[in-house]
Amino acid sequence: MGLVHEIDFGTPASRSEAPVTLTVDGFTVTVPEGTSVMRAAMEAGIQVPKLCATDMVDAFGSCRLCLVEIEGRAGTPASCTTPVAPGMVVKTQTSRLKDIRRGVMELYISDHPLDCLTCAANGDCELQDMAGAVGLRDVRYGYEGENHVKARSSDGALNASWMPKDESNPYFTYDPSKCIVCSRCVRACEEVQGTFALTIEGRGFDSRVSPGMHESFLSSECVSCGACVQACPTATLQEKSVIAIGQPEHSVVTTCAYCGVGCSFKAEMRGEELVRMVPFKDGGANRGHSCVKGRFAWGYANHQDRILNPMVRDSIDEPWRVVSWDEAMTFAAGKLRGIQARHGVEAIGVITSSRCTNEETFLVQKLARAVFGNNNTDTCARVCHSPTGYGLGQTFGTSAGTQNFDSVEQSDVVLVIGANPTDGHPVFASRLKKRLRQGAKLIVVDPRRIDLVRSPHIEAAHHLQLRPGTNVAVVTALAHVIVTEKLYDETFIRERCDWDEFSEYAEFVSDPSMGPEAVEALTGVPADEMRRAARLFATGGNGAIYYGLGVTEHSQGSTTVIGIANLAMLTGNIGRPGVGVNPLRGQNNVQGSCDMGSFPHELPGYRHVKNADVRAVFQKAWGVEISDEPGLRIPNMLDAAIDGSFKGIYIQGEDILQSDPDTKHVSAGLRAMECVIVHDLFLNETANYAHVFLPGSTFLEKDGTFTNAERRINRVRRVMSPKNGYADWEVTQLLANAMGATWSYTHPSEIMAEIAATTPGFAHVSYEMLDERGSVQWPCNDAAPEGSPIMHVEGFVRGKGRFINTEYIPTDERTGPRFPLLLTTGRILSQYNVGAQTRRTANVVWHQEDVLEIHPHDAEVRGIKDGDWVKLASRAGDTALRAQITDRVAPGVVYTTFHHPTTQANVITTDYSDWATNCPEYKVTAVQVTPSNGPTEWQEEYAAQAERARRIEAAE
Amino acid sequence: MPLPETDLDARLQAILRAFEGVEAPLLEILHAVQLEFGHVPEGAQRQIAEALNLSRAEVHGVVSFYHDFRTEVGGRHDLKICRAEACQSMGGEALARQAREALGIDFGETAADGSVSLGSVYCLGLCACAPAAMLDGTPVGRLDGPQLEALISETRR
Repeated sequence: MGLVHEIDFGTPASRSEAPVTLTVDGFTVTVPEGTSVMRAAMEAGIQVPKLCATDMVDAFGSCRLCLVEIEGRAGTPASCTTPVAPGMVVKTQTSRLKDIRRGVMELYISDHPLDCLTCAANGDCELQDMAGAVGLRDVRYGYEGENHVKARSSDGALNASWMPKDESNPYFTYDPSKCIVCSRCVRACEEVQGTFALTIEGRGFDSRVSPGMHESFLSSECVSCGACVQACPTATLQEKSVIAIGQPEHSVVTTCAYCGVGCSFKAEMRGEELVRMVPFKDGGANRGHSCVKGRFAWGYANHQDRILNPMVRDSIDEPWRVVSWDEAMTFAAGKLRGIQARHGVEAIGVITSSRCTNEETFLVQKLARAVFGNNNTDTCARVCHSPTGYGLGQTFGTSAGTQNFDSVEQSDVVLVIGANPTDGHPVFASRLKKRLRQGAKLIVVDPRRIDLVRSPHIEAAHHLQLRPGTNVAVVTALAHVIVTEKLYDETFIRERCDWDEFSEYAEFVSDPSMGPEAVEALTGVPADEMRRAARLFATGGNGAIYYGLGVTEHSQGSTTVIGIANLAMLTGNIGRPGVGVNPLRGQNNVQGSCDMGSFPHELPGYRHVKNADVRAVFQKAWGVEISDEPGLRIPNMLDAAIDGSFKGIYIQGEDILQSDPDTKHVSAGLRAMECVIVHDLFLNETANYAHVFLPGSTFLEKDGTFTNAERRINRVRRVMSPKNGYADWEVTQLLANAMGATWSYTHPSEIMAEIAATTPGFAHVSYEMLDERGSVQWPCNDAAPEGSPIMHVEGFVRGKGRFINTEYIPTDERTGPRFPLLLTTGRILSQYNVGAQTRRTANVVWHQEDVLEIHPHDAEVRGIKDGDWVKLASRAGDTALRAQITDRVAPGVVYTTFHHPTTQANVITTDYSDWATNCPEYKVTAVQVTPSNGPTEWQEEYAAQAERARRIEAAE
Repeated sequence: MPLPETDLDARLQAILRAFEGVEAPLLEILHAVQLEFGHVPEGAQRQIAEALNLSRAEVHGVVSFYHDFRTEVGGRHDLKICRAEACQSMGGEALARQAREALGIDFGETAADGSVSLGSVYCLGLCACAPAAMLDGTPVGRLDGPQLEALISETRR
């Protein structure tokens, strides 16, 4: 198998298309204009020795190892900083160059420890490689002089130049004694990640890499993305897992299972043991970058909390009984069939997971449709991006983002609405920040001052700090300005959209009641700021819109999505690189789970179950009748359970008790059911109400595909055997067969073949194709055999783009004397969703508990100090957590995250939801905050119940 | 004596305001801060980073690069002896020794009584009048032992 080897070209690729031909060591090579001599040599297969150059960052020219001779030029220019020229004749190996390089290496090695044999980078060290490449045999200077290597000199005196190892970061170490000060880490932090947490302090011999102001990595501005570790050519910055285990011997390219960016990684292995995850440069979404979660937070896969054997119980008041897979399946199938016999076919359903693969999701909805015989399937996308599906489907004709992530490199104005990319989608944020540093303009619409509003080298041109719940008013006001000031793109609208619909829409938004001045009091956004932002977006060049759950998770979530689509059409920002409407998906496979027919009214490919011809396709493939009656959505399932008509559910990889709104309502619904089957890695919160627990497998333990926010279908590859014995798709198949089906899939590729055969957008997708090309963006069919990086290029999928009026209707959730503050919720960089995975990794050093952000004014009138326990209460419930006083939130607004079950922030959120899709209104809850002594009674009861429900009967 | 926090804040903010709108003002701000406070306190570096939208690592990188920026309070006087080639050849090193012995401190240190900080400088552009030194920003050429002694006793007053 071996390691997947990636070529380091030394300097980034040139974007030019003009070819330049030159000769390197007698070989002719043609490269784009602007390419470095070093890169051109590597293109010809000739590696020029180098230390400070790597193709993730710009050339720096400091190590003086890559010097070459060029005919007709004096001296020995550095090949990394010298661009190619037509007819150039380059020599990379001459006796003069050899002497220089050996001399340079001698100096490097004179101040570097000679502990190669016991060094963690042994076998993966560029310094070692270069010493070999230049033929270093001796260091004439000796090792006794001034150095950074030894804590004490041979006479026992302390060496002031020596610095101890920094092990503060949980995932990597910084050993200054091994540093050659090539600046690759500093440049990676600046250019790739965009955090600027590192610098070279001092000068000359005193130069050292310094996190922050000579701080430890953990206390510095470092966000632990790993770019510096990846860039380091020595063991100076080294993964602790490599120090503990040793060098990997083989690697497999796979896809991260965290957020919707869908980064490609090399899983580097020793046998079945994962040594490290290294971002893959050919990954279309991440281009070789990573964040702290994907890069480092995979320890949950081996966590002791993982449940590896099936368990059952008759009542949730009993302890769990560990059973065999057979027994568990018989138990579960018997219960489900029994419920159907007593309460009807419609009394059971499934929830598919946006964390599982397309193939697994496809099987779970197939279980409902082909085995249960109903359409009771829903997915966690219900609670995040269902309005995206609806809104973009209505206006453009497809329920998906229009661009690839590369597109941002060509954007001129970026509008970020209700998304916090630096925390939620960090790798995309880094790519966006890179573009912003090149001069693109940014408009942020968010109730909080997120990091993108202002952080080193990034500053939003406009921050429209709206009151939570007024998105529609803001988006419509922006359209009002664009229409009334005639800033719209008439040619585009006439060509691509229905002019009559536009005219009607234009009349609607032109009404003065929609204007910035009219809604200022409502939204809290100064009218002048709003007008200037609208003008910038309409006239600033390529305009791209990125949005997140701050848009969708509202009672008018779908309306805002439609408003966003309207803005893009008005300004002609659809159908080419640099523009578009881009939903930032929360989970790794939200896009895929929606594509795969997880919704109760849609078969795979977003085709309504009412369509007989679509049902016919699946009836033929599956050999069963498919119901034409749309099934129940998650909230309806819970309502029906409380009413007594819905009795059993199979939940794959989702923790609805923690992630869904109004915890008390969810728990009441679950408690009312007779058979709750939870299929997960851990005994999650929902499992407290479950009767059957089926152990799940991690993304490292199975084959499959994830579809990310840019519609990119990425392969997930198994690198180790499932610790629980079965991949998740096998578990679903066991359950289906226990219920009488005769499924016989032996590999997920067979499931993908079934998807391709039944779903037009996936017609050409196969594992062979994905293995060959790495990834593909759907639609991928006869019309687009290569896939579709950008959608709606020639025209909208639905024909003409459709403008829909977006009337602002305030949510029913209002502040009043009892609940005067507005709570909005979100994420933090180091934690992911309900935290089931990240809480079981060292990421907790950055975020141990959920905290409540509150403005100093609101805190002061309540007598709350930073770090105090506070009680947070809404009409739905109450909880307690610690306060963090910050002016990131506006007065009147408080903010928290929902990563920790001890807080259960969702006991606060209400069951108000989007009018079109039932997506819950997580982002607006009227609350009161009062000082408190500790956890509330409800939290204590909850914790006690959870502890009782998690008991496992001792083995006999 | 450490400066009172509020006083430092107000004076620093005044400096930052004075440079609003100036392109790439970091070095000029650091000079102004050092002139105002005699050094660039760590707290000031954080505020400068915040004001200029730089990371604190970047400001630290610049401050630590230039030997003339100090992060600790220095002496009341600042004596720098030129130790570059021309001055060396004219007996500069003997003067350097004399200064060290007379003050009882090494280069880069401040006398215990806070009277004077001793520093090296590598060429003041006074090679024609070597050996040279600089006291509180005023260059002194053709220096000899007695003159240096006079300079030192001046700092002790």
